[in-house]
Amino acid sequence: MSSLRICVVYPDLLGTYGDGGNGEILMARARRRGIEAELLLAPSSTALPVADLYSLGGGEDGPQVLAAQRLGEDPTFRSAADDGAVIFAVCAGFQILGRSFPDASGQLRDGLGFFAMDTTKHAGPRAVGEVAVQVGSLLGSAPLGLVSGFENHAGVTSLDDGLAPLGQIVAGVGNGVPSSSGENVEGACMDRVVGTYLHGPVLARNAALADALLRAALSVDALEPLDDATPEALRRERLRLLDLSDS
Amino acid sequence: MTGLRSKTAVLAVRGVNLASRRLGRGQGTVAGGNVGLRIDPGLLGALAAGRRLVLVSGTNGKTTTTALVTAALEAKFDTVASNSTGSNMPAGHVAALAASPDSMVGVLEVDEAYLPQVLDEIPSSVVLLLNLSRDQLDRMSEVRMLAERWQDALFAHPEVTVVANADDPLVAFAARRAARVRWVAGGLAWSEDAAGCPACGGRIEFSPQGWACGSCSFARPAPTWRLGGGEVHAPGTHVPLELALPGAFNRSNALMALAAATVLEVDLGAAASAVALVSQVGGRFETVLINGVTTRVMLAKNPAGFAALLDLAAQDDGPVVVAINARTADGLDPSWLFDVDFSVLQGRPVIASGERALDLAVRLEYADIPHRVAAQLDEAISMAGERGAAVDVIANYTAFWDLRNLR
Repeated sequence: MSSLRICVVYPDLLGTYGDGGNGEILMARARRRGIEAELLLAPSSTALPVADLYSLGGGEDGPQVLAAQRLGEDPTFRSAADDGAVIFAVCAGFQILGRSFPDASGQLRDGLGFFAMDTTKHAGPRAVGEVAVQVGSLLGSAPLGLVSGFENHAGVTSLDDGLAPLGQIVAGVGNGVPSSSGENVEGACMDRVVGTYLHGPVLARNAALADALLRAALSVDALEPLDDATPEALRRERLRLLDLSDS
Repeated sequence: MTGLRSKTAVLAVRGVNLASRRLGRGQGTVAGGNVGLRIDPGLLGALAAGRRLVLVSGTNGKTTTTALVTAALEAKFDTVASNSTGSNMPAGHVAALAASPDSMVGVLEVDEAYLPQVLDEIPSSVVLLLNLSRDQLDRMSEVRMLAERWQDALFAHPEVTVVANADDPLVAFAARRAARVRWVAGGLAWSEDAAGCPACGGRIEFSPQGWACGSCSFARPAPTWRLGGGEVHAPGTHVPLELALPGAFNRSNALMALAAATVLEVDLGAAASAVALVSQVGGRFETVLINGVTTRVMLAKNPAGFAALLDLAAQDDGPVVVAINARTADGLDPSWLFDVDFSVLQGRPVIASGERALDLAVRLEYADIPHRVAAQLDEAISMAGERGAAVDVIANYTAFWDLRNLR
């Protein structure tokens, strides 16, 4: 098998919240299993490389608009998605995958339309704090259980009925709009595209989520288990802070 | 200062500060300042009137640079008012000025977000802008928005001389419309927040010669102050600079400080000799004994601060304790640990410590840097010093203060 290509999209624009760590974590978890993996940091000044997995992070309002424009103009991103690349997007990166998102002044901008969803600016205070999300099976994985992260955003993201969230909010705000069944939900997931508001970086705290993405990118059923004592201890510590535990 | 209200307010500030020091509740600067401001909301302007003041702001290096400007001014002036304890909001400014009623000059460290407000309230002579990058992800306003607010505030005060770091695009943007600017080649340890052009949203390209936007005309202003060959080069002159403080970033801080102090007609040579003697600033870079272990204490609060300190740490091979908290004053989200390149610690014994030791441990594990974990600081220092070696401690804000309580 040729080596797994993991691309961190526009770290110069979508790199404000340490989410570049998600790419580094995915690469490290592949390599520890003897799987060849390369990490491609793709600045916004160059054309995106072809990759098996694209990781998008959070960013400020101005750079977010620029990132949406550049990605919209880059044919590689959409064609890679059509060819089955996994896309994992956080916060500002998640918002631009929808149909529309607000810029600094609150004016709506065109997103990439991967997700049937719209984001508007929340009138109240920013959603800031620890989050726990109950996540079921993701991209064919076993149920992930409680996923821990930290949110910091002013977006309210409304999913169309046909679009599944990443999971159900157990603590925190998440998308900020209840689903049609009245549940508070977080993120979105369709085909091989996964979006979330969670920082941390979220894959540092949730090894199972990282492996669900890796498995899908590698198109394998199972991955050799790793010693995840430290990330598991971190996830439990963060959940304990919310008086939660899943085991 | 005129008016009974202001005089009463000043007495109240001094009273509270004295009481708070006697009660052992710290320097009392913020408490006293707040009482004073409640009695007289215009107190800051009243206290500042008639003095020549230097305001120091930026994300990293504020406290150190404030101490360096103060030392430089002391080469000429008998007393210099300064909020040397790092209480850098208006209550701290009030307390500092009230505590030093006879000084004709002062140096005030100013929180980045408060700079526009303080500029409006205080007739200032000099504003020194060090750098702008992300700090405290969960609560700091976005850095570009802040640069725009700085720009408007400086434009509204043409009487001020701005001493600006030409190497930081966000600072250059903030000082762009200012009436009087001294551009300084102040260095930039970390440029990842500056890639988007603050003027047009295009992309800033960095090169050894400087930086320029690829889409518009915004580019690095030509600095008239720079370092080179162990000297400070200023317009028409150059003087040697030997610092007691370690690190390239402190040489940059000193350069900025000298460019600011000389606006107040301090002789450059005398000022350079004065800053050379500063050996620690509020405990930063100080070598102290903790649990019998010789410990050099350093403070870094964000990726840019860590980049600067790790550059220094790379020159050594002894044990290192990295201590991370994530309280409100630190920012509640330590995700930025993944923006720090810890690889220079490779080969040194590393202990992850602080309330967020586990976040750090996960980060180090993914970077393949062997380490041990001891959340308690005293335990971590003992562990690091178990073979008798001197220990470097790099701590973020509240962890740094926890450390001071161990002495």
